[in-house]
Amino acid sequence: MTATEAAAALPSTGRIAWREAEIVEVIDETPSARSLVLRVPEWPGHLAGQHVDVRLTAEDGYQAQRSYSIASAPERRELMLTVERIDEGEVSPYLAGEARPGDRFELRGPIGGYFTWTAASGGPLQLVAGGSGIVPLMAMLRHRAHAGRAVPARLLVSSRNISAILYRGELDALAAGDERLSLVHTLTREAPADWSGERRRVDADMLRAHAFSPADQPRIYVCGPTPFVEAAATALVGLGHAPERVRTERFGPTGGQA
Amino acid sequence: MSPMISRGFRRKHSDVGSGAVPPGQYVTGDFPVLSAGPTPRTSTATWSFTLQDLDGKEFFRWEWSDLLALPASQITVDIHCVTKWTKLGTRWKGVSFDALIAAAGQPLPGSHVMAYCDGGYTTNLAVADLEGGKGMIAYEYDGSPLAPEHGGPARLLVPHLYFWKSAKWVRGLRFMAADAPGFWEALGYHRRGDPWKEQRYDGD
Repeated sequence: MTATEAAAALPSTGRIAWREAEIVEVIDETPSARSLVLRVPEWPGHLAGQHVDVRLTAEDGYQAQRSYSIASAPERRELMLTVERIDEGEVSPYLAGEARPGDRFELRGPIGGYFTWTAASGGPLQLVAGGSGIVPLMAMLRHRAHAGRAVPARLLVSSRNISAILYRGELDALAAGDERLSLVHTLTREAPADWSGERRRVDADMLRAHAFSPADQPRIYVCGPTPFVEAAATALVGLGHAPERVRTERFGPTGGQA
Repeated sequence: MSPMISRGFRRKHSDVGSGAVPPGQYVTGDFPVLSAGPTPRTSTATWSFTLQDLDGKEFFRWEWSDLLALPASQITVDIHCVTKWTKLGTRWKGVSFDALIAAAGQPLPGSHVMAYCDGGYTTNLAVADLEGGKGMIAYEYDGSPLAPEHGGPARLLVPHLYFWKSAKWVRGLRFMAADAPGFWEALGYHRRGDPWKEQRYDGD
């Protein structure tokens, strides 16, 4: 899909309105990440991979805005966000700590029309996630499950350690009943003694071993911290994937953690 | 409608004067990266920058050494990304749009431009948002050559607009008789993107 085609697929213009979101459920996904299930009246719908802007207002009128990827499939009525807590942050400690069912905040979206995938656009679908970069990719896998799992898909997820893996149980369940979906985890720091997955940062050899080959002409989505995405996207191009088939979403600073 | 209070939410950082930052932005000391695809790596040996007329016909071209030979400007400015971060006091060196156009020595063929880049990215700008010292082709950041992930060897720098307008890996400007959307502008982002008016998305 080119930018122009994507634009044509978007609901038409007019200001993207702020809406009131109510938290109906919180799910602790890992020690530092929490999913918020939201009821958003008149939500216009979204594509897997899109994000929302969240606006919080304090009692003194102070406001803060952040962007969060949507974790839920378009087919699901409630919207799910998954928020990784950044301790020195301002918004994520609230959303992934303080907030509880019944609390409300403002939200607008969906935002972003490029880092999106629909089952109708086909595959094969290659997903590469670093840490909480899995969130928009999870929306794609959930959408794929709703759409009948016809498109071959592979997910390579890099996490610091086993307790930091987001959606681990759901991913295992999705992969267990689906021969067209392959799931590979890699752990970059600690791993259990009986760990059977990969045990290092994503590199060209790992992508050659586990990702679709350039001959398969996959649609590739890479999301994670900036150094992770830089390394993975560069390696994919080095393996022969066409740059225009590699869509990326980066977050966080240029240097530092993976 | 009065803003909806989010129970238990309060300001955490009080060290930043609110006047310094456009609405909805927060200050970061980092330099995050936003790109829709892999980072292109173009050698300065093959790099060139071209100006194209309304028909897409090239009417001026600079090689890398030509660009470096043009009068350089240095500026220190705040930059504002539509994803909400603002970075204060960033230091850049490059060639201003004014210096570029003076060197080309020809009348401007149109009121707007489409900046085009390695990797296929485009963004639209009014000439009025580039001239008068408002835009430059930047090739140094903080005293060093611009790194590829930040748009090197050269990027557009239009700091009074959201940072997606400061196109990375820029390779030229195609003049247009009227405004037309670039890559993100066709995907729902604002045509102009003034952070002080919070023009993030179409319709803002």
